[in-house]
Amino acid sequence: MKINRYLLSILVDNEPGVLSRISGLFSGRGFNIDSLSVAKTTDPDVSVITMVTYCDAHIIEQIKKQLHKLINVIRVNDLTEKQYVERQLALVKVHARTEKRAEIMRIVDIFRSKIVDVGHSHFVIEVSGDSGKIEAFISLMQPVGIVEIATTGAIALGRENGK
Amino acid sequence: MKLTGAQILVQMIKAQGVDTIFGYPGGATIDIHDELDRHDDLRHILVRHEQGAVHMADAYARAKKATGVALVTSGPGATNTVTGIASAHSDSIPMVVFTGQVPTGLIGNDAFQEVDIVGITRPCTKHNYLVKNPAKLADTIQEAFHIARSGRPGPVLVDLPKDVIQAQIEFNLPEPTQMKSYKPNYKPNKKQMAKAISMLKQTRRPVIFAGGGVILSQGAEELTQIARLANIPVTGSLMGLGAFPGSDPNWLGMLGMHGTYRANMSIGHSDLIFAVGVRFDDRVTGNIEKFAPDAKIIQIDIDPTSIHKNIEVDCPIVGDCKTALKDIYTLMEKEDPKDFQTDRTAWLARIEEWKQTTPLKYDQNYEVIKPQYVVEKLYEITRGEALVTTEVGQNQMWTAQYYHFDKPNHFITSGGLGVMGFGLPAAIGAKAAQPDKLVVNVAGDGSIQMNIQELMTAIESKLDVKIVILNNRFLGMVRQWQEFFYDKAYASTNMENAPDFVKLAEAYGAKGFKCTQPACVTETLETGLNTPGTVIMEFVVEREESVYPMVPAGGAITDMLLV
Ligand SMILES: Cc1ncc(C[n+]2csc(CCOP(=O)(O)OP(=O)(O)O)c2C)c(N)n1
Repeated sequence: MKINRYLLSILVDNEPGVLSRISGLFSGRGFNIDSLSVAKTTDPDVSVITMVTYCDAHIIEQIKKQLHKLINVIRVNDLTEKQYVERQLALVKVHARTEKRAEIMRIVDIFRSKIVDVGHSHFVIEVSGDSGKIEAFISLMQPVGIVEIATTGAIALGRENGK
Repeated sequence: MKLTGAQILVQMIKAQGVDTIFGYPGGATIDIHDELDRHDDLRHILVRHEQGAVHMADAYARAKKATGVALVTSGPGATNTVTGIASAHSDSIPMVVFTGQVPTGLIGNDAFQEVDIVGITRPCTKHNYLVKNPAKLADTIQEAFHIARSGRPGPVLVDLPKDVIQAQIEFNLPEPTQMKSYKPNYKPNKKQMAKAISMLKQTRRPVIFAGGGVILSQGAEELTQIARLANIPVTGSLMGLGAFPGSDPNWLGMLGMHGTYRANMSIGHSDLIFAVGVRFDDRVTGNIEKFAPDAKIIQIDIDPTSIHKNIEVDCPIVGDCKTALKDIYTLMEKEDPKDFQTDRTAWLARIEEWKQTTPLKYDQNYEVIKPQYVVEKLYEITRGEALVTTEVGQNQMWTAQYYHFDKPNHFITSGGLGVMGFGLPAAIGAKAAQPDKLVVNVAGDGSIQMNIQELMTAIESKLDVKIVILNNRFLGMVRQWQEFFYDKAYASTNMENAPDFVKLAEAYGAKGFKCTQPACVTETLETGLNTPGTVIMEFVVEREESVYPMVPAGGAITDMLLV
């Protein structure tokens, strides 16, 4: 079957152990999580988990049902087929050799990213966007020399008229 | 009114309508046991191993149609429950397990007898809790029972730190449990039921496939009504035995790896499978690709994850089995019954032929006892009335094949996990639930040694059970696989060194009988069953007898090894 990228937004009780129930469900069944981010919502009793996974249509159905079956899961929202805004944040530390500095700043500009730390030998750049944009940025920075990367998982919200 | 945590626990358990709990004390639970001692209306059965307590609670739940309760101490007490919990989880048994825990201040410090039992049991419970705040104790206990028995039932564990048990808390009986995140759906979809009706009208070669869900939802009667109205033959999974009367001519016998020839052939050739409360386990389907190639499938299950998991379903109905069966029957009654029975003759005749050409059989014309013969005689002598538990292995399969269950909740076995050592504690738990019933555990010589210590529990608690040991001096089922698939290399399955079971019975204060001749099988059973108290009946049976028919793992269920 065809492997697709799926993006789920999951509302859960804000309680200790909930994340491990969810990740345990994945590891126990051999499902793979591509990225996971967790945060509180405006309701202190509820957290939102945004999860990205690659699998086929049959497995995502099982994943959604199994997630739903967990007692602490309030709602599973599959954004994949809907209109949504997705963001990921990356911090990228690159070599900032004198002869490359102009080029780096040009790319930073094009990507509407930001240099958040400037040193004698390194820049740290903050870039956000969907995973495609982050990947594109990273691939352009590769020749410059990437020292270290830290990225968050994806977060996403449905658009106003997103069906 | 201020109560201690222990007092609240006891109050809350009683409020659930439970009259018996199975447990074993320790430092972390002394206060609870101390409190229990003051309550004559909540019986505490002292077991000899915590695994036994959980299997007892499991069987108690099934035999009483209630929620089973086990209570154990922290650390080793808690870890000893894991097998029992996993078994109950596989079989969807409603159960609440209370574990003691070190005081909250010590949690996470590798304290004496501390384990993260909530972490350990996360994948094998329906849900679990660590109660850290005494004020939440009563609500949590009520919620635990609510979760255990609602929706698809299952075991719930509640971990109770010692300081929470000792705390003084203002107690009020909690409001009914309301949960934001857990609302099982009982009501089946009307459109899907209408679709099922039209499929039932079009079918020419239907089979009903009943599972444990029918029994758990108490829907056996409704299932039987539908089968009779539409004249549909019925098969069942191991967990579904008793969902339809085993003595009915339309009963096909069990389906699957050790199913009857006619059950497997019927499913293999059917054009419609009406599956109720089953999850299409691999022991039942054999090779999925070759499972029922011509059949459309209707599947009723309370748990949406059971649908489309292994098998594509044409008409999924999510809801309580009993409710759905009742609703479908009501719809059927509004139609002309003839519409549901069109052209059944050829199909039923073919099934009858399968039954006649390849019945379950064995040959007792030898000097050695055939294990099947013992089970068949047990069925005759008890007139199929006993509550029967089993261990795991050949003993379990022969019981499923040769003891014909007419009623639900009479066959109690570890289906999904297949736990050796289940049968004896299960028999004790069933007896606690149904003290007036005859309870028999059919055991292998290997399995009975896994929780043999519970004999003492049976005797001490006057929960008389009868134990039939089919002693083949082998781990029979594994030996059978070695015979078929490993060239008879019987590695590590020889059990020639066994205790003298008669003396063992006597050592515990039970009675023991041993039988080595076919001629004395009936007499031994009669004497044993009629002897008051707990009794072991040991039958020295054919050493290398195998369970037939058999579908080799991964084969099509219609590809059976016959005798
Ligand atoms: C706790 C546990 N350990 C191992 C097994 C694997 N196993 C399945 S059947 C079987 C043999 C059972 O032998 P016995 O109890 O003598 O019964 P028989 O098959 O001879 O009737 C074994 C070892 C199991 N099911 N459970």
